[in-house]
Amino acid sequence: MLKSIRKLTLTLVLGAVAVAGFGVADTSWAQDAAVTETVVVAETTEAVAEEEAPAYTTMEQFMESPILYPRFVIDNLWILIAAALVFIMHAGFSTIEAGLCRAKNTVNVLTKNLFIVAIGILTYALCGFSIMYPGSSWMVGEFFGFAGFGIGFSPTETDPEVLFAKLTPLGYALNMTTWTDFIFQAMFAATAATIVSGAVAERVKLPSFLLYATILVAVAYPITGSWQWGAGWLYDMGFKDFAGSTLVHGFGGFAALAAVLVLGPRLGKYGKDGKIRPILGHSMPLAAIGVFFLFLGWFGFNGGSVLSADPVAVSLVFVTTALAGAAGIVTALFTSWIVLKKPDLSMALNGALAGLVGITAGADVMTPMSAVIVGGIAGIIVVIAVVAFDKLKIDDPVGAISVHGVCGVWGTLAVGIFAFSPDGGETKFSFLTQLIGTASICGFAFVFSLVLFLIIKAIMGVRVSEEEEIGGLDIGEHGQEAYPDFQPRAEA
Amino acid sequence: MKKIEAIIKPFKLEEVKDALAELGIEGMTVSEVKGFGRQKGHTEIYRGSEYTVDFLPKIKIEVVLADAVLDNAVAAIIKAAKTGKIGDGKVFVSTIDDAIRIRTEEKGEKAV
Repeated sequence: MLKSIRKLTLTLVLGAVAVAGFGVADTSWAQDAAVTETVVVAETTEAVAEEEAPAYTTMEQFMESPILYPRFVIDNLWILIAAALVFIMHAGFSTIEAGLCRAKNTVNVLTKNLFIVAIGILTYALCGFSIMYPGSSWMVGEFFGFAGFGIGFSPTETDPEVLFAKLTPLGYALNMTTWTDFIFQAMFAATAATIVSGAVAERVKLPSFLLYATILVAVAYPITGSWQWGAGWLYDMGFKDFAGSTLVHGFGGFAALAAVLVLGPRLGKYGKDGKIRPILGHSMPLAAIGVFFLFLGWFGFNGGSVLSADPVAVSLVFVTTALAGAAGIVTALFTSWIVLKKPDLSMALNGALAGLVGITAGADVMTPMSAVIVGGIAGIIVVIAVVAFDKLKIDDPVGAISVHGVCGVWGTLAVGIFAFSPDGGETKFSFLTQLIGTASICGFAFVFSLVLFLIIKAIMGVRVSEEEEIGGLDIGEHGQEAYPDFQPRAEA
Repeated sequence: MKKIEAIIKPFKLEEVKDALAELGIEGMTVSEVKGFGRQKGHTEIYRGSEYTVDFLPKIKIEVVLADAVLDNAVAAIIKAAKTGKIGDGKVFVSTIDDAIRIRTEEKGEKAV
């Protein structure tokens, strides 16, 4: 163990030297970026000057605007594409969880993931959207607001004032329609909830989990989301969480932690003598495919969080996102190689996600260099966290708590360390504010999840019987097999 | 009639099958099994925890044949499956009471 720590230190020192060299090269890139920025700003100012107020006062006028309308169409389109990309992350979650769990629980894992994306979108339409974005309908300070059930807008609406308010940028304050805003954010809600399903896999009772996940995504997620993106108290404080390192990932990770503490570890995972017995995932190909899908989806997750198709911002976000994920893969792989003797594929897969989670809070305010560092450190942290949770007898089959909870916090704090000011010094990010933001949201998620899960445990239990856990949840909960060997008879 | 159960290393399957085919034996049942004799297992590591794997993958070949070809078959299997290294496997021979071909309902040596 000591020998591997020395090896790790040497690698980190060499890595730091490489990084310093990278940094020298990076300064020249930053200069180029500055030059292009000045040119872009000059052109935009000219264009805006041409279209003096009033730009438009009705939808019809807006659709005639030669510059503003096409820009709106492009911005709106990008966010819709991003929503679809975030949706594909559920294919990623499904396969990585299925791959890292045993074959006898595959149907159960997939069912949980399928249900969550469905109930996430449905409850977001019912109440989540309007809890998260109360607008002027705050009820309890800036901690809880509710703008009424439903998305708040009907496609059969004819009142021109309402149409203007919901479908134009001047009315809606975003360069997208209300529908686009809703569907993009709905995909995020579903993503937050599905993080828990991996951590509780292979022993949670299905109906209990479905109930828990429904309430978590319908109520808890939009509440914490409103504190920041809904212009609540954290937003007022200057807290920065670009695409949800804390709002989505930290939230999910710490909710998962609470659930796992109540649920307990899988049978046979921890021996009475303190030994940790590995429970092997049944399909590494599925797990790897899952991570590739998640990585792909992240381009929409972060890219769409720019909330427009602004070429400078979106392209920078693509770059920082990719670099952080890449760095996470490499450092996780090498950390597991050095500290755990062999390069572990499942750790490298977790490393990719850790890097991506890490950059999510500040993808639009990090230099490429910083993205590499933040992602790289996340890759190291996740390996240590996975091993540490096991030593603490907290059983997390897929590493969800380590990837999303721990690295979500890291990504949020990293904004207070590495981020540059997006408007030349006026906006500053403070480590303390980041800490308060992540602690309050993760703390709320943990407590909410703990209380909810304990209540459900008291009412209906949360864990399957020992017999069922041994036989597999596919048979026990679903009466189905994921990989049936012997086919039933061909004729009646 | 006799039955041969041969436990062999997985990559030797094609060789053994070809060796038996040369003797005119074309029917067999093959299964993927795990097992160990005196060959020890090995250590693996998964997400930071080590564990030993005692069972090693092997292939089991089952052939039912006439008494007359038994000795040649056993010799052919051994020659094809041997590597000289530990873990080569074993051949078991037992007596079969009867064999019936399902399609034609032929019995005895005509069925194998």
